Amino acid sequence: MMTSLRDHRYLIARRLVQTAVMVLLIGGNLWGWTVLRGNLSSSIVLGAVPLADPFAVLQLLAAGGLLATDVLIGAAITLVFYALIGGRVFCAWVCPMNAVTDLANRLGRRLGAETGSRQVFGRTARYFILAMALVLSAILGVAAFEAISPIGMLQRGLVFGMGAGWLAVTAVFLFDLLIQRNGFCGHVCPLGAFYALVGRTALLRVDHDHEKCTECMDCLTVCPENQILELVGQASGSVLDGVCTNCGRCIEVCPDAALSFSHRKHAMSLESGGS
Amino acid sequence: MAAGKGMDRRDFLSRLTAGAAAAAVGGVVWGGFVTEGRSASLVLRPPGALPERDFLGKCIRCGICVEACPYDTLSLAGPGTDAPTGTPHLIPRDVPCYLCADIPCTAECPTGALEISLVSNDGGRTLDVNKTRIGLAVMDYENCIAAWGLRCDACYRACPLIDKAITIEHTRNERTGRHAVLLPKVHADVCTGCGLCERACVVEKAAIFVLPLDVALGRVGNNYVKGWEEGDESRIDGTTGPADEMDSDPLDYLNSGDLDDD
Repeated sequence: MMTSLRDHRYLIARRLVQTAVMVLLIGGNLWGWTVLRGNLSSSIVLGAVPLADPFAVLQLLAAGGLLATDVLIGAAITLVFYALIGGRVFCAWVCPMNAVTDLANRLGRRLGAETGSRQVFGRTARYFILAMALVLSAILGVAAFEAISPIGMLQRGLVFGMGAGWLAVTAVFLFDLLIQRNGFCGHVCPLGAFYALVGRTALLRVDHDHEKCTECMDCLTVCPENQILELVGQASGSVLDGVCTNCGRCIEVCPDAALSFSHRKHAMSLESGGS
Repeated sequence: MAAGKGMDRRDFLSRLTAGAAAAAVGGVVWGGFVTEGRSASLVLRPPGALPERDFLGKCIRCGICVEACPYDTLSLAGPGTDAPTGTPHLIPRDVPCYLCADIPCTAECPTGALEISLVSNDGGRTLDVNKTRIGLAVMDYENCIAAWGLRCDACYRACPLIDKAITIEHTRNERTGRHAVLLPKVHADVCTGCGLCERACVVEKAAIFVLPLDVALGRVGNNYVKGWEEGDESRIDGTTGPADEMDSDPLDYLNSGDLDDD
């Protein structure tokens, strides 16, 4: 029991954080709680500190809106936190879609390697979708991704009522389960792509100790972005790619304690010129 | 080696073409979906909302206005409804807007999609909820029982600007020849579009209902001016027409030709 808890310590912590954020937002709407009001697009903490989704704000700016200062300050706070400290933690620790796609991937692994093995989108598709979101926002005068975002439908639906939003969430689930493993979060989602770009400079990193590694490759099996773990079995150092969501699954499954959370360090035995 | 390089280039070009095609198709579908959602024109927005196009360019769909409303008037549109998904709207027949004096929905909007200066005097210093223009109440006299000659003034009594936004017009009941018809009449210059009349209307489907202003109102254009109303002429200041493109003054044009003195 205790080892099971220990083997899932970050997973449990992430689910607790995700649930807590959504419960606070739901309480803000249904019961008038003031800890966190609004939703993940824009909110107010304790009636004083604004927070906002910087990617949504960027789309609105592209759409041509001269926005009020509240939402700009909110977006700046979020942006600075992720850029300096957290990296892409939104995806693994806050976004409720993460629980949906994690479930799809877990089920998919049980069903075998065949299911969900198609490569519809490449890993870089999300950056093109991100660019397209901004171009369409500018052309149409509407935040283009916000208008169709399954994440938006899910998180707004949880707080304000789901409506037909279940369809979009189910579509994402089935896409990840039956068509492409980690398809949505790891290949399509422009919000994840945005945070991957923002998170390149962040302090919090997964650290690999080559001395301890026995090359069992459990971490690569479980990592939703396993193309970035190329230093496993090669060299000690930090996982510096911004695409890492700091979910901590690799750390939990490692039987050799070769992986851990740490601040950023440069790869020591890999020849890397700068960051 | 040369053949391999040629294959690479061909491979690269075909990938590039496929990528561009995918992007074009995706962009068109995506853009079409967004445009379709935007074209819903019968949506009623909260007090202080900018004109629809500007509103959609600023609303971040956070729902803070919905939470600020003490009457649960506002809701965020769900996916698959008429309104663009996640944007706030109201349905007055269900819950109308009660025109709070402190206008919390507009005051708390973080982006300015709901603009406080639109519902205040002196550029935002003193709030004036009566400047709210959610829409305009429109009468269907065919199904208004007061227009039939029955005794009903539910909408008139419900109106928060009674005798200003809705007045009662007394006319003769031609059917009976000896009764009055008490006809409710909406005044567009005062009506806030709050929808309390629509909520109060006693017939099965309301015979008075709020429509967005650009749907409910016509537009006179620049050809007609109320000469008897001070300032109305300023409406056509800066407009141009055929007269501006003529070489000579219109008066010279009228005085030329046949009627010239020899």
